Amino acid sequence: MKHLLRSASLAGVAAVALTLSACGGGSDAAEDGAEVAPTDAQAEITYAIWDENQKPAIDQNIKDFNETYPNIKVTVDLTPFQQYFTKLQTQGESRTLPDVFWMNGPNVQLYAANDLLQPITGLVDAGEIDPSKYPDALNQLYSFEDTQYGVPKDFDTVALWYNKALFEKAGVDLPTDDWTWDEFQDAAGAISDELSDQGVYGVVSEINGIGQSSYYNTILQAGGQIISDDGTTSGYDSPEAAEGLQLWADLIADGAAPTLQQMSDTKPNVWFGSGKAAMFWSGNWSVAEMKDSPNKDDFGIVRLPAGPEQRATVIHGVGNVVAADSENKAAANAFLAYLGSEEAQRTQAEMGVANPAYSGTQQAFVDSVPSFGIDVFIDSAEDMAFPYPISQNTAAWNALETELLPQALSGERPVEEVAQELADAMNEELAKE
Amino acid sequence: MTSVDRSPRPGVVAPARGSAPRAAAGGATPRGSRRGYDGWWPVLFVLPTMFGVVLFYLWPIVQTGWFSLTEWGAFGGQTWVGLENYQRLARDPDLGTAVVNTLVYTAIVLLGIPIAMFVASLLHRPGMRFTAFYRVLYFMPYVAMPTAVAMVWRLIFNGDFGILNQALAVVGIDGPSWTSTPGFALVAVSVVGLWTSLGFAIIILSAGLRTIPPELYEAASLDGASAWRQFRSVTVPLLTPSVFFVTVITVINGFQLFDLLYALMGQANPAMQKTQSLVYLFYNEAFLRNDKGFAAAIAMVILLIVGAVTLLQFRMQRRWVTYA
Repeated sequence: MKHLLRSASLAGVAAVALTLSACGGGSDAAEDGAEVAPTDAQAEITYAIWDENQKPAIDQNIKDFNETYPNIKVTVDLTPFQQYFTKLQTQGESRTLPDVFWMNGPNVQLYAANDLLQPITGLVDAGEIDPSKYPDALNQLYSFEDTQYGVPKDFDTVALWYNKALFEKAGVDLPTDDWTWDEFQDAAGAISDELSDQGVYGVVSEINGIGQSSYYNTILQAGGQIISDDGTTSGYDSPEAAEGLQLWADLIADGAAPTLQQMSDTKPNVWFGSGKAAMFWSGNWSVAEMKDSPNKDDFGIVRLPAGPEQRATVIHGVGNVVAADSENKAAANAFLAYLGSEEAQRTQAEMGVANPAYSGTQQAFVDSVPSFGIDVFIDSAEDMAFPYPISQNTAAWNALETELLPQALSGERPVEEVAQELADAMNEELAKE
Repeated sequence: MTSVDRSPRPGVVAPARGSAPRAAAGGATPRGSRRGYDGWWPVLFVLPTMFGVVLFYLWPIVQTGWFSLTEWGAFGGQTWVGLENYQRLARDPDLGTAVVNTLVYTAIVLLGIPIAMFVASLLHRPGMRFTAFYRVLYFMPYVAMPTAVAMVWRLIFNGDFGILNQALAVVGIDGPSWTSTPGFALVAVSVVGLWTSLGFAIIILSAGLRTIPPELYEAASLDGASAWRQFRSVTVPLLTPSVFFVTVITVINGFQLFDLLYALMGQANPAMQKTQSLVYLFYNEAFLRNDKGFAAAIAMVILLIVGAVTLLQFRMQRRWVTYA
């Protein structure tokens, strides 16, 4: 797969802002589900989300939305992420889904395939939503069988965080945007050799349970895949995938990274945030936490090192969707279109809660902590982003990854052997879809 | 009990004689007939409870039994698959691991009963001061939220920065990552489980101790029995009904191990697969892997195991439980 870049330039799009008021006066319902409520419509809709930190910005969005649609009452239904999808699945089963709700990559196909989501095709044709304003990888993430179901809300990519003070203390040159795996590995080893008596490690990353920060990226950098483009076969049985996993197994074996146990007892973000690790592979979701770290002035960000094959990071983001069974579809559509608008997403960026998906609105987020160099995340999205690996029942094989990969990463069993076993089990799950 | 029943045979003696209370000494008739007079009232009184039990316990069990014979679609829609889920379960290596882990956990937590007996006896000593305070102290872990308890123990067990390993380092032992190393993790979880369940056992056993008449101890000491002999021959036998109750409850709770394990170890723990309990296995299949039909089969197996073990305990009780 080639890089899934957004072709549209980031600059000069402000003028194309979605002007809701202009088209709110009752557009033609060209297609089923495309109908948008007139501005004087009266309705009550529910909007389900999982992140409490984002609630203030969402409330602001609703307030602004009500300027145009004073009689559409939006109630926010906040459920913590741990329970969010369990609850949503129950609601889906009883056909009582919220009118508008947050969706993520691993779950979107499951809901789309079961006809629980309304395609946004009609709204796009009616000019209410313009997908070209969002990164292509995100549009693709929220598409199933060539139909798009979700409107990207925000996005995250992964980059290399580093602690300048620890690099200087160890006498190692600071990382650059042009680093390769070799330079990265050498630096990680040198730092942990130098500073091990102080309990400092070269690198940490979230590696237990989920590979978004760590091995998903290295597998892509080695030229491998987690799942085939059509989402039907596992990519874990390729030599490239094994190479991507081996990098982490080696770092742990060499003592350049803490063991899986150590990173389970004390989470990677804590190792890095408290100055006990010099490097940290993580996404822009860590900004909110790291800007409150006592070591924040020492932190910097560069893009991930280049692998043997290419530069790569996975890209993922939350999307807004409308339930297919919504009883207030016209009002829900109006709200969905607003949430996807430049105005709504700029508000989210300015309030510092998310890196918005709408092109040109990210600067406010970048400016929230100037010393970090947050623009790396946005540049990475443009230059080297691959869609987050998903299939129809992503959860089924995610559980397999959590179960099997620790055996490879900890050095307990050879990487190829575990990767092969994972691929076989994953293919079995994929065959059921 | 085994003496010959000399009371008139039920059918022959009419209650009209009015001598029922006297005849009650050995006959079942008067008691039986008195129960008959109560009519449907007792049923009416237990109806609200029965309603809850049937609706929220028995009916779901029946439903789960049915679901375990089906394959469950992502959003409902069950397809009949017969015993396929059970066949799959029998082949699943995780089932054996989970059963063994659950048994080990339950066994370790059961060790708390002798400890609780010892503590309860101490609290019961005549002249002991601040007993109410000690009782509160021991009972607190039981009423605390398992999640909160787990959070604190996680810090204690932390491999790099935990207080336990810091203490061990003083005597030159390099402690492991307790909650994320297979083997150690199960012991760590069990120790915390034992610690939290101690309070409950102590309260029940304390109450049991109070029901033992002091005259028995008085008589025993007059007969020259030492304190240890009194404990062995008076306290222990008369406490067996309470011990039996605590054992049954502890075993059932042991088989339901989930929240403590989940909160202490976390979902993404490298040792989880080797430490998982039966209920965790159920949770993993039902909610993480979305395979609810298969998970229902696991639930039925748990039900069968707990039912069988409890039945066995009731069968065995006449061998060691003394009802005074």
